[in-house]
Amino acid sequence: MSWRGILIYAENYSGRVNSSAFELLGKANELKIRIDGEVSAITLAREDVDVVVQQLISYGADRVVVYKVSSDEELANQLIHRDAIVDTVNMFKPKLVLISATPWGRSLGPRVAAKLGTGITADCLDIYVDEQGDIVQVRPAFTGNIIAHIKTLTNPVITTIRPKVFPIPRPDPSKRGEVVVKNIEELNLSNDARNIKVLGVAKVKEVKLPDVQIIVSVGRGLRGREDIEIFKEFAKMLGGELGCSKPLVDMGWCEKDRQVGFSGNIVRPRIYIACGISGAPQHIAGMKDSEYVIAINIDETAPISKYSDLLIVGNMYEIIEKAIKKISEVKKDMLTT
Amino acid sequence: MNIVVLVKPTPDITKVKFDIEKGTIDRSSAELEINPFDLYAIEVAVKIKNLLGGTVTTISMAPPHGEKTLRDAISRGVDKAILLTDRKFAGADTLATSYTLAMAIKKLGTFIGKVDLILCGEKSVDGDTAHVGPEVAEHLGLPHASFVTHIVDISSDRVVVETDYGDSYYQLELKLPTVIAVSRPLMFRGALVEPRVPRLSDILKARRAKIDIWNADYLSDVANISRFGLVGSPTRVVKAFYALTTTKTPMVIKGDEGVDMLIKILKEKGVLR
Repeated sequence: MSWRGILIYAENYSGRVNSSAFELLGKANELKIRIDGEVSAITLAREDVDVVVQQLISYGADRVVVYKVSSDEELANQLIHRDAIVDTVNMFKPKLVLISATPWGRSLGPRVAAKLGTGITADCLDIYVDEQGDIVQVRPAFTGNIIAHIKTLTNPVITTIRPKVFPIPRPDPSKRGEVVVKNIEELNLSNDARNIKVLGVAKVKEVKLPDVQIIVSVGRGLRGREDIEIFKEFAKMLGGELGCSKPLVDMGWCEKDRQVGFSGNIVRPRIYIACGISGAPQHIAGMKDSEYVIAINIDETAPISKYSDLLIVGNMYEIIEKAIKKISEVKKDMLTT
Repeated sequence: MNIVVLVKPTPDITKVKFDIEKGTIDRSSAELEINPFDLYAIEVAVKIKNLLGGTVTTISMAPPHGEKTLRDAISRGVDKAILLTDRKFAGADTLATSYTLAMAIKKLGTFIGKVDLILCGEKSVDGDTAHVGPEVAEHLGLPHASFVTHIVDISSDRVVVETDYGDSYYQLELKLPTVIAVSRPLMFRGALVEPRVPRLSDILKARRAKIDIWNADYLSDVANISRFGLVGSPTRVVKAFYALTTTKTPMVIKGDEGVDMLIKILKEKGVLR
């Protein structure tokens, strides 16, 4: 049997399919024209199997393979997901396997690749088929400074795709597809999977920064921990969220979930407002793809200016406090009239 | 407890210069240093050793001049350092690299009895893949946890960690031996881990320390040498280019006028009414 078609892995460790799976289905259907075969989806589920299947088919899967697990602990055990993906790959021999480059996917993907002895390319921003008919994966390296185009010589080609790069396609509720439901007990689970015990959720993230459309970030220009509230208030006013640069996390002033940069969150919001952030390479790697960047900085020559659409030179406290005042006056006027 | 820390010598990303034409880095522009994420793995390994006793061994696959970073690791409290270096290792992608490292761990195990815990940074600042930790675990048939933000507790046969799954942090209990790829900031038993600044006396001691050099043939009794280096690598970079050339020219506004412009832009973008 030759390697054909595309398999997408729909991430589900919590009982809810991550919407990035729909982005993968959209991209897979676009690539399908150049890669012969069906678009299959593989996922694990504890309950609501029919709902999950219907969802994946409507977003573009021609075939869905679901492995039923019996507990939340099994659902959150990554190595059970690895065994399930490997089982599906052996069943259908897909040419290409797409996995979302979430922390979960970036941890799971290399396990699958090493188990199958094939190549994997991480955190891709694009994937295409070239004139020779080869799959080419496009990814950043060197903290976002280099973009590399990579081919895989073995089968299947495994790629993790950065979430929010490809749009979610419009679902088609009338679409039909083939469904394969398997019980996880049918698989001969590997020993290593039994050596992980999922104890549960330690903490739900307060904010998921990559999903936020308006981010107001603060950096080293901040004078004191309590001043964060000023910028948080401004972010809330705009319907956005507070972000920060790495030094604030290192000092313990801001939680890691709000960190923008290579070792924190890579974001591409509609509007990114950088207050008192000079623009270290590791920060730029996390925000350079934002749609519109406003930098507020006392230093006109700060590196961030090269990645900004608007640079306001001045004291970030004065500018933000004045802006808060003006915006709340306008809001008050609107309430009274 | 026998601990292995996997360390990658990487260029200092804040100093390195890029060849804009070729899309590569100018290797002479920045010295190699320990990948910043790996510093946390070293520090926590030393803390675990202090708690439970045992040994800490660093393993690195790098060209011969990577030896300097292994001396740096020794100055930070590591007992023994092994440099895997050979032309046959060159050109390795993450699958071949992780295989080579896994086989070196296997070989080390034949000398010291067994390896209980393998630590590494979650990713490197040059490759950015985060593949090597999970792939090493796969080659050895061990469980692993990546993006670990807290090593909550550890005993002689198990470790409890908190790991970032994306939406939430999950708590996992892993049976040893296992692989842990650490994030930063990192906590160990409730306290923040800070990589130490080596003392001068430790730096001097590390200068005289013996670094074990292992080549491909040396691993041939435990490994399939055709899986090393470029030959064992299924991926190929077909082209690369510098990504940061398209810098913007911002509109520059000073002082109070900036406040008005900020509000004007936010209105234009539909953020404010």
